[in-house]
Amino acid sequence: MRGVGLSGGVLSTGLLEQEAQAAPPAAPVSGPAAVPITLRINGKSVNTSVEPRETLLDTMRNSLDLTAAKRVCDRGTCGACTIIVSGKVMYSCTMLAIDSQGKEIETLEGISAKNHPIIAAFVANDAQQCGYCTPGFVVASKGFLDKHPNPTYEEVKKGLGGNLCRCGTYMGIRQAVVDAGKQLKGGRNA
Amino acid sequence: MPDYSWPPMEKRRIVGKRTSRLDGPDKASGKAKYPSDLNPPGLLHAVMLTSPHAHARVKTVDIAAAKKFPGVTAIRVISGPGTEVQWAGTEIAIVAATSEAIARDAVALIKVDYEVLPHVVREDDLGKVGNRAKAAGEQVTGDPDAAFKEADAISENLYSIPVITHCCLEPHGQVIAMKGDKVDYWPSTQAVSTVGGDLAKYLEIPASNVHVQMDYMGGGFGGKFPADRWGVESAQLSKESGGRPVKMFLDRETELTIAGVRPSAFANIKIGAKKDGTIIAWQSQSWASGGFGGGGMPPLPYVFNKIPNYRLNHTAVSINAGSARAWRAPNNPQASFLTCSAIDDLAAKLNMDPLDMFLKNVGLTIRPDTYRLQLNKAAEMIEWKKNWRPRGQNKDGYMRRGLGIGISTWGGAGHASKARTTIHPDGSVEVELGSQDIGSGTRTVISMVAAETLGLPISMIKVKIGDNLYPVSGPSGGSTTVGGVSSSTRKAAVNALQKLYDIVGPILNAPPDRLEAVDGKIRMIGNPDKGMSWQQACQKLGVNTITEMGENDTKRTEGLNTGGASGIQMADVSVDIETGVVKMNKLVAVHDCGLVINPKTAESQVLGACIMSVCSALMEERVMDQQTGRVLNADMEFYKLAGIADIGDIVVHMDITPDNDKRGVIGLGEPPAVPGVAAIANAVANAIGVRVPSVPLIPSRVLAALNGRRNA
Ligand code: FES
Ligand code: FES
Repeated sequence: MRGVGLSGGVLSTGLLEQEAQAAPPAAPVSGPAAVPITLRINGKSVNTSVEPRETLLDTMRNSLDLTAAKRVCDRGTCGACTIIVSGKVMYSCTMLAIDSQGKEIETLEGISAKNHPIIAAFVANDAQQCGYCTPGFVVASKGFLDKHPNPTYEEVKKGLGGNLCRCGTYMGIRQAVVDAGKQLKGGRNA
Repeated sequence: MPDYSWPPMEKRRIVGKRTSRLDGPDKASGKAKYPSDLNPPGLLHAVMLTSPHAHARVKTVDIAAAKKFPGVTAIRVISGPGTEVQWAGTEIAIVAATSEAIARDAVALIKVDYEVLPHVVREDDLGKVGNRAKAAGEQVTGDPDAAFKEADAISENLYSIPVITHCCLEPHGQVIAMKGDKVDYWPSTQAVSTVGGDLAKYLEIPASNVHVQMDYMGGGFGGKFPADRWGVESAQLSKESGGRPVKMFLDRETELTIAGVRPSAFANIKIGAKKDGTIIAWQSQSWASGGFGGGGMPPLPYVFNKIPNYRLNHTAVSINAGSARAWRAPNNPQASFLTCSAIDDLAAKLNMDPLDMFLKNVGLTIRPDTYRLQLNKAAEMIEWKKNWRPRGQNKDGYMRRGLGIGISTWGGAGHASKARTTIHPDGSVEVELGSQDIGSGTRTVISMVAAETLGLPISMIKVKIGDNLYPVSGPSGGSTTVGGVSSSTRKAAVNALQKLYDIVGPILNAPPDRLEAVDGKIRMIGNPDKGMSWQQACQKLGVNTITEMGENDTKRTEGLNTGGASGIQMADVSVDIETGVVKMNKLVAVHDCGLVINPKTAESQVLGACIMSVCSALMEERVMDQQTGRVLNADMEFYKLAGIADIGDIVVHMDITPDNDKRGVIGLGEPPAVPGVAAIANAVANAIGVRVPSVPLIPSRVLAALNGRRNA
């Protein structure tokens, strides 16, 4: 919520309230001007320019038209912005774009271009309703399957604990990840 | 008049078959573009300044510095000097700029002076709300006082269920462009055909000047019908910025603070029964708040509304918090929780199995036979007779296991809807409706109905929705969409087919009313050899197309859709009495929804509703802070939703029977969202041997209830 700070409001927890009073916010600055950066996304180099404070999520969504990753909580809770960075599942809302240079970034756009079986498994198991959480779940599932081929339900529950869905598609997701695992090379049933 | 009725169950080739949703591939591959994903050329971003105070009068708003900030294209004061703000998060001003970061910087430069006024933001203690309480009149039926004297057992308890939010993952908002008095509008909405009119009213332009488009939206649950202030103001910002499109979506904190809530419900309930379990008396004093507008009475006693003697009192409490909006089955989950908890506690007093108690009293509902069947079916699915023990008796070390029951009812008849079907000479078919798919599978259902009617595969039907230039179809609320769009689509397709028969009949030398469309052919009924392929038939159109309308008239649905859904859910939980943590083992859901067009997506609706109930029963609560007047947990760390590991197993049974099928299509969004909280709360009471009176059943409440019993 805007309005905290200059308008004399207080933040909503006691601790922060004291801090806010002790140190009145300095006049906001828009930071140093935008700087040119190069990102490696889905195997390609992309040039853009960003303000140093910009998250990778916002850069992808606003400047690169990579909108599969969604902005939902914007603070590392919900997983809607999930991407894979140098093989690791990450929340793109918790990374700065300028810090992401030199890393291999994989988004759902890249995963779907390769026709990963997890996508068909999501469709077959009706693992999406409104679909807004779905890209994050698909990427998290892909990253999870990379490390845990052919998982059990129990493993899936632990592996996908970092994503939230409001429509309630978890039953379908669980089955989709298990099904996709069976089709992947390296899976026990492959 | 043509016969629009649904083909008999055994003859259907598509309707009733499990079908994957058509937009699944676009959603799962990230190609689906939601309003918040749109980046049209020249896009500006808007950010709002909102009130940090729950109750205040705006004295001055100084936008001078913000206006000069480089990159700002327009700025508007929404709540000017003199405005009395009634809840924190109220919109004060809005800024459009070339980037969101710049807009935020500019917002931080706006100086607002408030005269802070006293606020009330909590309604849990009725003694502390002063003149914010407004009592509704007492309702009495029969003679409750005499009946309580006759009762062999009476249970009396205070139960409560708090305010929760919709927490749609795509926040409220839109991309909008206004040039002169024309508007292009891409909102995240449940109401493609009506939201443009709502916007137009505030912009004082003709409704037909607003072009609404929306392919996908990220969740609504009842909270996304109006254009909202941010929609109207963003349009004005666009206009003041030379018509450049403006994107404005609420940030998560604002979304959880002002974009709608489900009202709370508190009730002192006294309920009395005879020895055999027959309920004879009910008395409730309830109160509720959904924000500044107060809060209506949940329908008490729920479902068992033929209890012969009752007295109802209700008080609406106005608090300084963001207002209520429809939330999946408005007031029903609350009423189900309150009523089923009271019945369950009464059964415990009588040392009766609550399943027997519910069965004993089905005569007090309007659908005794359906509920009896559903109770027995759900009991079978959860193995009630095998797994149920009297309260607190199912022990294994520190773990206690329990079962519980919840009940639901809903209308769900189709809304007003118009559809247009066009058959082209190349055989392709379009169906157009100003409807929306909010995640419930509406697109898929429309294509299935059209394909069934025309004897074609689904792949030949092009469904066009999400545009208010298409024929008007109602908003998606109250589980009315599936009945509405399936009926209008059916009629439009039948009408178009009649026209095709009129052309093909003479060529085939057959009377048009003796033709049928099956398996991609038009052929004579009873003489399958006399016919031609769909393609050949459509070629006979020459250069013309057939375009026909169909309408669901809510007063005459001709058996295509109807209302009146019932449901039973039963929960199986384990509670750790050392930590107070409740674990879901299983939730079973038995629902009837008449003719089920797509069992696959229907089941998803039920599964999703069950999971929402797990959230509401175990973790979800909007917490207000009386000190600051603000929402303490307006984020997703502390506004808790269930994750994939929290839900246990969920098993759905749809009552698909010839008898139910005959009733036509009934909506399914709401009814399964009703009984779960009651079922889980009752299961916890059964497990630990004592009632935890307030949901969500967080560990501290479970432990407190356990301590209360030990101390007693
Ligand atoms: S938006 Fe990044 S975790 Fe929620
Ligand atoms: S499908 Fe809607 S939030 Fe997950």
